[in-house]
Amino acid sequence: MTDAAIATTATGRSTWERLRSHRDWMGFWFMLPAAGILILFLAYPLGLGVWLSFTDAKIGRSGSFIGLENYDWLSDDKIFWGSVFFTLFYTIFASIVKFALGLYLALLLNKNLPMKALLRSIVLIPYIVPTVLSAIAFWWIYDSSFSIISWSLIKLGLIDNYINFLGDPWNARWCLVVANIWRGVPFVAITLLAGLQTVSPSLYEAATIDGASRWQNFRFVTYPLLTPIIAVVMTFSVLFTFTDFQLIWAMTRGGPVNATHLMATLSYQRAILGGNLGEGAAIATAMIPFLLAAIMFSWFGLQKRKWQQGGDND
Amino acid sequence: MTLITRRSILQGAAAAGVAGGTLYDMAKAFAQTSPWKPEAGATLNVLRWKRFVQAEDDAFMKMVDAFSKAMNVKVNISNESFDDIQPKASVAANTGTGPDLIWGLHSTPQLFPEKCMPMSDVADYLGKKYGGWFPAAEAYGKSGGKWIAIPVAVNGGYVNYRTSSINKAGFKEIPKDMPGFLELCKALKKNNTPAGFALGHASGDGNAWLHWILWGHNAWLVDKNDKIIINSPETAKALEYCKALSDTFIPGCASWNDSSNNKAFLAGDLHLTLNGISIYVAAKTAGAQGDAKMKALAEDINHAYMPVGPLGKPAELQLAFPIFGFSYTKVPNAAKAFVAFMMEAQNYNPWLEGAQGYLSHTLAAYDNNPVWTADPKTTVFRDAAKRTLPASGIGTLSPKVAAAMAEFIVVDMFARYCTGQEDVKTTMKTAERAAQRIFR
Repeated sequence: MTDAAIATTATGRSTWERLRSHRDWMGFWFMLPAAGILILFLAYPLGLGVWLSFTDAKIGRSGSFIGLENYDWLSDDKIFWGSVFFTLFYTIFASIVKFALGLYLALLLNKNLPMKALLRSIVLIPYIVPTVLSAIAFWWIYDSSFSIISWSLIKLGLIDNYINFLGDPWNARWCLVVANIWRGVPFVAITLLAGLQTVSPSLYEAATIDGASRWQNFRFVTYPLLTPIIAVVMTFSVLFTFTDFQLIWAMTRGGPVNATHLMATLSYQRAILGGNLGEGAAIATAMIPFLLAAIMFSWFGLQKRKWQQGGDND
Repeated sequence: MTLITRRSILQGAAAAGVAGGTLYDMAKAFAQTSPWKPEAGATLNVLRWKRFVQAEDDAFMKMVDAFSKAMNVKVNISNESFDDIQPKASVAANTGTGPDLIWGLHSTPQLFPEKCMPMSDVADYLGKKYGGWFPAAEAYGKSGGKWIAIPVAVNGGYVNYRTSSINKAGFKEIPKDMPGFLELCKALKKNNTPAGFALGHASGDGNAWLHWILWGHNAWLVDKNDKIIINSPETAKALEYCKALSDTFIPGCASWNDSSNNKAFLAGDLHLTLNGISIYVAAKTAGAQGDAKMKALAEDINHAYMPVGPLGKPAELQLAFPIFGFSYTKVPNAAKAFVAFMMEAQNYNPWLEGAQGYLSHTLAAYDNNPVWTADPKTTVFRDAAKRTLPASGIGTLSPKVAAAMAEFIVVDMFARYCTGQEDVKTTMKTAERAAQRIFR
């Protein structure tokens, strides 16, 4: 009887039924929706983009495989290398300044100021204004004949002519970096502020009793406790800056003379406006190594303690 | 008041009689004789560029309404700004879903000719009825000898100038040749009443005036067989001329987009530029509303043809507005009827008048529209479609030409030299290389 029962369970249940109820497979089933979403909306488009970069696809016509031809053309395309240069320039300068200013603001806002909540929300304003709107505002500020900056300086008698903000390659590059910094600082500041507030005051008390100066307090208490947050914030900040599009598109369209094309804007111009999907995809794919490097750096460079990398704390 | 009289006369002349000449009656009549009978219960989705003249949009929507009622077709109109039409059209072409008709600009349909609905019957019908298409219009509408789009109108860009400023510079009118034009711009700079043309990524103005310089010097990006001929002595001459001209410009032109020169002109800083009629209309409208400064400005503004270069004949690049459908549409007959209807005299004439000179006709019969004579300052815009070349110049319109224009290959070639980034040889080579990439 018992034997017979066991025999039925062993043979009568189909593989499907066993898979459905087996404990080791449960985890798989629970992961499936998440994996499905990730594959459908992240992995598939990414894979498709990489595939397109090896084809000569045009808008309205699927391409055929052409190997590395797109990359070959890009390799001696001055405009492409110009966009790589400006993307790095833009990301590096904007991120460093955003971090410095953001940290400074966060430290200030962490103090016991009157109307603390109000001040903190004011800092967030540049971040909540839609990017395109702030870009258009900056575009007016930098206008070649209506710039408020030029106008003020002329009225003060400091300069004679309107400054050619967006018409000169280097001026335009710096102007865009400034606009990006203005927009990005609140994100860094508020996130670092959140990090600062998790630092227990008793640590500062203990350090102060031990005779630590204000700098030592920052260097040996605040900074080490803040590194996990810094790593996350800077990863995001670098990624957002590297893949920026709206500011550039609204203000310069990559001009003057392609001096301010980011890889993202160049990719859009070639793929969507120019119709060369394959080439646009190649430019977009060329961004991946840079982005991976940025992530690696902040993950392994800034997170030095073992528990941050999944080990035990020492 | 005069407007209304003129319109009723126009409508009266073409329709059954003055009394029965309403738009709806005309639409009814069209519905009966139209070679295209809309599908039963058809819904037509039309995407068009966002209007910049209210009167043009009003006339268009009236026409849509009459069509919708008489033909029993539901018409949905959506608007997008100039720059957003092409990406949307491209996505629609690629995915096979989206609007049935797109009214876009430049050579957009040439980006995906095989996805466009054939339009030869509509083009033949209209061409026969209204005196034939201008050659450039035909080039914009056709791909491989077949019509894929109907070139509804072109947006003319011409010399906008302040009469008082050129008089002060010692000129009675805009010189008809390029050297004379350069002298004028030099004199304007000397008087501190400078000229200025967009050297930035201004898809309308920038492409228009730089192609005028290039083509005027008998220099071209490609020849008939798509052979790249940009690296040539003629191009070098065009570059030199452009550099000399740009030295007389108001500062900042390299950052200009399509609206920058309008702003600077209306502010009184800029005295000569290439533009559509929009600066004049803006000044005139503000003047009519009691702005004395703008009234004076409008009186001072006038327009002239682009001077003719060494080529010896007009070679302008005007912005075309082709309307096209996709072969995926389920209502091809409704779409065709709609396009034919909007180009019929009873609709097109008032619409052209509403556009106040912004838009110029592509069918010869509309030369007689009163908009071109009521205000002599609009007259030059009448000939925009006659004087323009297709975007390909002497070459054939194709997706590649459209891509080259979208990537500003010609604009950037001039801008690199005029801003001193590259010398003549290098900038021509860079442009040649960029063109090779597209035409490979």
